[in-house]
Amino acid sequence: MSAQSTAPYEPVFTGEMRRRLDVVLARYPTKRAALLPALWMVQEARGWISDAAMTEVAEVLGLTPAYVKGVVTFYTMYHQHPVGKHFIQVCTTTPCNLCGAEEVVRAFLKHTGCRELGATSPDGKYTVIEVECLGACGFATPVMIGDDFIESVTADKVPELLRKYP
Amino acid sequence: MGYPHRPHPRETVVLSQHFGEAEARSYQGWVKRGGYVALRKALGMSPAEIIEIVKESGLRGRGGAGFPTGLKWSFMPKEKTKPHYLCCNADESEPGTFKDREIMRWTPHALIEGCAIAQYAIQADITYIYIRGEFTEALATVQHALDEAYREGILGPNAMGTGKRLDMYIHRGAGAYICGEETALMNSIEGRRGNPRIKPPFPAAAGVFGMPTTINNVETLAAVPHIINRGAAWYRSLSLANPKSTGTKLFSVCGHVRRPGNYEVTMGFPLRDLLYDLCGGMRDGRTLKACIPGGSSVPILNREESESCLLDYEGCAEKGTMLGSGGVIVFDDSADMVYQIMRLARFYAHESCAQCTQCREGTAWVTKILQRILAGEGQMKDLDLLLDLSEQMTGKTICVLSDSCAAPVVSGIRKFRHEFEAYITGARRAAGAA
Repeated sequence: MSAQSTAPYEPVFTGEMRRRLDVVLARYPTKRAALLPALWMVQEARGWISDAAMTEVAEVLGLTPAYVKGVVTFYTMYHQHPVGKHFIQVCTTTPCNLCGAEEVVRAFLKHTGCRELGATSPDGKYTVIEVECLGACGFATPVMIGDDFIESVTADKVPELLRKYP
Repeated sequence: MGYPHRPHPRETVVLSQHFGEAEARSYQGWVKRGGYVALRKALGMSPAEIIEIVKESGLRGRGGAGFPTGLKWSFMPKEKTKPHYLCCNADESEPGTFKDREIMRWTPHALIEGCAIAQYAIQADITYIYIRGEFTEALATVQHALDEAYREGILGPNAMGTGKRLDMYIHRGAGAYICGEETALMNSIEGRRGNPRIKPPFPAAAGVFGMPTTINNVETLAAVPHIINRGAAWYRSLSLANPKSTGTKLFSVCGHVRRPGNYEVTMGFPLRDLLYDLCGGMRDGRTLKACIPGGSSVPILNREESESCLLDYEGCAEKGTMLGSGGVIVFDDSADMVYQIMRLARFYAHESCAQCTQCREGTAWVTKILQRILAGEGQMKDLDLLLDLSEQMTGKTICVLSDSCAAPVVSGIRKFRHEFEAYITGARRAAGAA
């Protein structure tokens, strides 16, 4: 279940955001094609994509909320729950695994205070997940923190790295 | 060049010549390096002439399938009755592969120029560059370059002052390996779940939005301006072993080598020399155990096979594997093949779109059985079960994701059976399988 708020829903696509969406819509022959960009805009504005936001996107693009949810759940980068202030993704697929990625994961869990993968730290600052191939295998281990893509992370560099993300 | 290392004298630098040069990213810097000369030349030719040159060059798709690029372009309708589209596949996600990312982050205008030439050749109205969502740097770099290209009149309603219209947009993925499959990529552009489509119809007949579409990989498109500038004969002459494999290829080398990174060599270059000479060989005191030459979806080679494999489409086929995307994953004698193959299977189980039963169930069960073996709870008959499952997962589904899961499992059991048996007999203890 997605976390739900009792506060009234504030639409995302008003003013400047609506204008940005119109620019995106002009690039495609169908409104549906703007769905992935629209979902990115929601996530950028709100940090995650709630059921209410999916309903808004559906209305704006002439789709059903169920259809939008079907797309959201297909793509792993769309958050269906709130996540920590810093969302940390550590690549552990084979090439990185060969170079010690699992130690990097353990170091992130230890130094963020996250109890387990996918859980947010008690202070709300960090969420750590393992991710499949980030496409930077020669720079093992690549880690994404929010939108920052960091190469060649080793377990011993983790504490220093985290200091940049307070 | 051997980015992030200094270029090696045995490399043939064409695509990677400007990797690492910050200035090459900008429009001015690119023009200074001979940028957009090829596009101007191409816009002065007929689309048919361009397609003929690309056919002549022998260029084949660098995304994995190796289909002849000029031939693919020639499948597009000559008489244009409805919109045509070009999709650039920049959804680089094949484990072991990280070449397109370097092209986009260092030479974004090379990609734009290649796309523009292809777009004109297939008479496409729009190019969509589909970049995977995680490539934040590439997304920003290519977007900035696109903005520059529009501002400088390279793109837009009057491309390079020729009166021809060229429009190009980025479409950002959102985390799905399968969207690198061309029909899944088209669905993703259309705002759908990234499920692959049954072929036929092929994209040239009914692709994105049901219109004639061509899909090419980043590296393929980035090679096109060089072919236009220097001619098909020059490109065709870049071939060390088999005339059907021409040009240069970027190999992304990762895993247990001293100097991982991207290396650009002429087709037919020996894998042995790539590993021992360009990449500096194995780490101290270690020896080569195995190598996957074309991204995680191709069969694993043992040491002997790796040391005698030539890096082109035919050379890899001769060893029972594929050139694929050129993502070279190197395992030294410290690698636990059972664990690493389980980790690959887990990747495919995670990335299966779940449309086809053989893939959805097969990738998950292969992973579970391998985890059982790693936990010391396997039986000898599990190996036959894995081979049987792999057989059922090969050639039976809409796309080749499940075949890709089966490839390392089958080749792994065939070539490293003793490692699996050691876990089953208890000779080797569980290494903490996740």
